[in-house]
Amino acid sequence: MNKLISNTLRFFILIFVQVFMLKNTITYGLNVPYLYILFILLLPFETPNWLLFLLAFIMGISIDLFNDTLGLHASACTVLALFRILLISITVQKDNYDHDPEPSLGLMGFRWFFFYVLILTFIHHFFLLNFEVFKISETPSTLIRVILSSIFTVILIFVSELLFFKKKQRK
Amino acid sequence: MLNLWRFLSRYNIVFLFLIYFVLSIILLVQNNDFQRSSTYNSSNQLIGTIYERVNAIDKFLSLTEVNDSLARENVLLRNQLKANFLEDSITTKQITDTIHKVKYEYIVGEVVNKSITSRNNYLTINKGSKQGIKKGMGVIGPNGVVGIVWNVSENFTTIQSILHSDTRITASIEGTPYFGPLIWTGENPRIVTLTDIPNQFNLKKNQKVITSGLGVIFPKGILIGTVEQAGLKGTGSFLDVSVKLATNFYAIQYVYVIKNNYQKEQEDLELLNKKSTNE
Repeated sequence: MNKLISNTLRFFILIFVQVFMLKNTITYGLNVPYLYILFILLLPFETPNWLLFLLAFIMGISIDLFNDTLGLHASACTVLALFRILLISITVQKDNYDHDPEPSLGLMGFRWFFFYVLILTFIHHFFLLNFEVFKISETPSTLIRVILSSIFTVILIFVSELLFFKKKQRK
Repeated sequence: MLNLWRFLSRYNIVFLFLIYFVLSIILLVQNNDFQRSSTYNSSNQLIGTIYERVNAIDKFLSLTEVNDSLARENVLLRNQLKANFLEDSITTKQITDTIHKVKYEYIVGEVVNKSITSRNNYLTINKGSKQGIKKGMGVIGPNGVVGIVWNVSENFTTIQSILHSDTRITASIEGTPYFGPLIWTGENPRIVTLTDIPNQFNLKKNQKVITSGLGVIFPKGILIGTVEQAGLKGTGSFLDVSVKLATNFYAIQYVYVIKNNYQKEQEDLELLNKKSTNE
């Protein structure tokens, strides 16, 4: 129940932040951070796959509705959800943890969380920007934007995670 | 069925992924112009060629219809041409004279139709009763007298030109007090005949023939033409003078209708004379 509330809250806060604040932060005309994927990244491990896909899809569509790019973020988020499942199934053995682990910086450790965020962010941005450009011939130049955006997003994710990190420790 | 369900649950990730992914791609392609156009461009190479072939046949079959619609459109466009519209503006040349009262006013009109070669010739101009033209007014061109207003509609006026068997314009030779009616014999549209000139005159060629100023139609002194030839009439007491018209009816484009502001007063007065003699 607690998780439900926190995730719902996170959902709305991230949409608000993404749509009304980050949309306008374009650094050097190249990249926009897409912090909203943090919602999908931070969903609990025990989230069933169908729910994960559904939530990812809803999250993407919500961003699309604000950006007038219907389907663009949704498709990238769906890809992200797929890779999240694959990555977690490879790297996380649930038996090793005492009780319900969560994909967060505080519980999983810096190293795992860093690679988890880095890989998934890169995948998401790669698909997102390529769907946006929609030309295979322009993939190399898109890749630069993907990398720059990914760096920006990862930094923002860590900043926001560190802000909530202490809270969770106190709990 | 159970096997199928097992299969689905084992690979549910893939299926779920495919469902949502396809759904979002459909949305993406359908709702974003750029992606739509580039998808269609690449996928429609083959289908587009087929469609083109079919369209070519279809186009040929519907040519009649297209022609009809084009003809209709042509008519519509033609109706909007500037040349089809009446010039409605009233261009009157008026002399503002505070000492003399204006007797004659001129209304300019463009010739829209004319005949020259008939026995009785008319001109049509694009000004009418709206501009104040009335039957019986005199009409002159840039070079000389043209005719007399015949019938008037709201926007058009027909002019009975000098080249008409019924036109009688009183003319005189410049510098002489004598006058006579002009008639057209119907042979040469550049020559009219001035009759009833006393034969004691020694007329010279190229002497000017002008309006006499008698009657209410023309002011005095407007050029009609020049003397071409003078010859005796049958009995010998009057001259028939061939007058070369100053107005070239082949080339005339603009005419001026003369409005006499005192016409009514003069006519009323003259009518009074007639009445009193009849009594």
